[in-house]
Amino acid sequence: MSRKQIRLAAHFPGVNSTTVWADPRSGSQIDFSSFEHLARTAERGLFDFFFLAEGLRLREHAGRIHDLDVVGRPESITVLNALAAVTDRLGLAATVNATFNEPYELARRLASLDHLSAGRAAWNVVTSSDAFTGENFRRGGYLDRADRYARAAEFLGAVRELWDSRSPGGEPGAFAHSGPQFRIEGSFPVPRSPQGQPVVIQAGDSAEGREFAASAADVIFTRHSTLEAGREFYADVKGRLARYGREPGDLKIMPGVTYVLGDSDADAQERAAGIRRQQVSPQNAILALEQVWGRDLSGYDPDGPLPDIDPDPDSTLVQGRVRVADPVAVARKWRALSEAKGLSIRQTVIESTGRQSFVGSPATVAAALEEFVATDAADGFILVPHLTPGGLDDFVDQVVPLLQERGVFRTEYTGTTLRSHLGLPDPVWKGGTP
Amino acid sequence: MTSDRPLHLAAEIASGAGPDAARRTLALARLAEAAALDFLTHDDTFAGPGLDALAVLARIAPETRSVGLVPTVTTTHTEPFHVQAAVATLDWVSRGRAGWRIAVSPTGAEARLVGRRPAPPTAELWQEAGEVAEVSRKLWDSWEDDAEIRDVTTGRFVDRRKLHHVDFQGATFSVKGPSIVPRPPQGNPVTVVDATRPAARDTAAHHADVALISAASAEEAAALRAELHRGARAHGRDPGQLCVLLSSTVDLDVYEGGAGALAELIAGWHGGGAVDGFHLVPAVGERDLERFTSETVARLRERGLFRTDYEGTTLRDHLGLARPVSQYAKAGASA
Repeated sequence: MSRKQIRLAAHFPGVNSTTVWADPRSGSQIDFSSFEHLARTAERGLFDFFFLAEGLRLREHAGRIHDLDVVGRPESITVLNALAAVTDRLGLAATVNATFNEPYELARRLASLDHLSAGRAAWNVVTSSDAFTGENFRRGGYLDRADRYARAAEFLGAVRELWDSRSPGGEPGAFAHSGPQFRIEGSFPVPRSPQGQPVVIQAGDSAEGREFAASAADVIFTRHSTLEAGREFYADVKGRLARYGREPGDLKIMPGVTYVLGDSDADAQERAAGIRRQQVSPQNAILALEQVWGRDLSGYDPDGPLPDIDPDPDSTLVQGRVRVADPVAVARKWRALSEAKGLSIRQTVIESTGRQSFVGSPATVAAALEEFVATDAADGFILVPHLTPGGLDDFVDQVVPLLQERGVFRTEYTGTTLRSHLGLPDPVWKGGTP
Repeated sequence: MTSDRPLHLAAEIASGAGPDAARRTLALARLAEAAALDFLTHDDTFAGPGLDALAVLARIAPETRSVGLVPTVTTTHTEPFHVQAAVATLDWVSRGRAGWRIAVSPTGAEARLVGRRPAPPTAELWQEAGEVAEVSRKLWDSWEDDAEIRDVTTGRFVDRRKLHHVDFQGATFSVKGPSIVPRPPQGNPVTVVDATRPAARDTAAHHADVALISAASAEEAAALRAELHRGARAHGRDPGQLCVLLSSTVDLDVYEGGAGALAELIAGWHGGGAVDGFHLVPAVGERDLERFTSETVARLRERGLFRTDYEGTTLRDHLGLARPVSQYAKAGASA
């Protein structure tokens, strides 16, 4: 019997606290050559897709633009259209916000990408919570949590109606959508795209996010966790599919993961520790502390002990980034860790935040990845390298061949579209006159 | 004196919505590039038809090397922040060859595709388009060229003093900034405005690097060019930085005297100071662009009027336009 196949995607390591820029091998986060290198590497590794995140406002800290991590990125769909010219099979996924866009324009842009890439487009649907980001847009304002998902769900539904308004036979169709969020009508100008329905990804772990994904997404981009928590999440999400008339295979669960390879497990652990020190500079350690405490802690020594004052729960110090949910509890945990092990501020932050998901020799990492997939903790992974543009090279050269030997990863692309790579069923055309 | 003015040539290449749109567009772009044309336009409206123009030109950017890429981008029902980011990104993926031709969406049918507001009168749409052009320049400038420092000692990736909020307040929208995209290779991608309609003319005079006009005679073209230059001066601009091209749909099958006569007309109008060049809208894409590049351009070269190869790498280089210094860098220097 054939073994459960692993899906792999590559996340461009740009604006991300795990991206190491203070390394001689770190290249540009904006030159097209960096995107081209990563995408070609992912395609050489026969990956399912290449993934771009989105940011619509530069992050701010204490009213000033955050300057310690990589800043600046291109507009996703435009870069992916260019990458369609230098790749042949690789799926191309853009994160695009449903709060600060409109269904007609985005449906057209994604259908265009699907045509220009011959069926390789994907859309990662995200929503935005804050008036801070809204200051860059006509739409402006703030949506509370429930409204964000209501808007996103209706947005996605409208986009799917637009895609389906053109029949597979090619006749131009009219559309009319009327709901609480959108009242739109007209004629959709793009012929039905190669995938019919480009792949839809949903990022988010909340109950609303899971339900939204179960109802409408093809892939869920989730947080990586332990095997046990992964299985629980997997079972929960797959269990929600039946009520929408969907099969378990219709939604792929792909956690975002980091990795560090070495000649041996010990060597990899040593490298991983070195990378953590690069990721958490002394300045970043103080910043991480301020994000929990919500206070100006610039006077503290990163190599000294943690502050004994408590966090400010109502702080607005951090903007453009998700606030820590329960700062007082986090602070208590960090203090306990620091006291138990005698750790400085920087050591505590390194120990407490963002440890790499998979660390080891290529054989160790390949086995661990397979275990997650074989035991239904995931269907695959969105890999987040820590270096631009060479961060995926070692994985493709050293881990992919081992996964292939184990019979859990493709040895060639068998289809041309992203839907075919992911093993998704052909979409059922739901078009017709409104 | 006028003979020292370089001649600029451009062509429209929108080639339909079919599944082979990328391949056909690329074939036309290569024809134009082999003839060393300044740039290609790809027309579009908010309602289509066909694929998004900026997407099509991004798709062919890696497969071309020198020719400028100018999609039509509408400003009425789009977000200025997204629009400027997409144009800046086209500049990044083409390594400094991007422009955008600003257009508005005057129809009720276009307004109903979004359903947010009825279509305002055309004059207001062009006023808003001007504001989108202005905020786009501010956002492109909101990262100074040397904002990225990667200073390991202080742990700083950027010098935040070189990133600027733009705090733009227009009549219909506001933008805080800065952009998410670092300053593009050209500093400011090239702004093209179709000024054939009077409603667009003041916006062209105020914001365009390249204005397209239509005229039945050299005298009419000269008068329009003078009007645009006066407008530019009134807006405090150097008219030498506003390039005026005659835009005309040409069917070389029926054009009297053929491709050679077209070369004579271009040479005459350019030499007489009526225009800075010509924007060809081929009646039949493949046929007319092929004849234009092989015959008309060849004739202009014989007369020493048009470049035989690209001399620079960016669209600004081709057009003889300076790469602008960030407006915020200037403000900083004088502060």
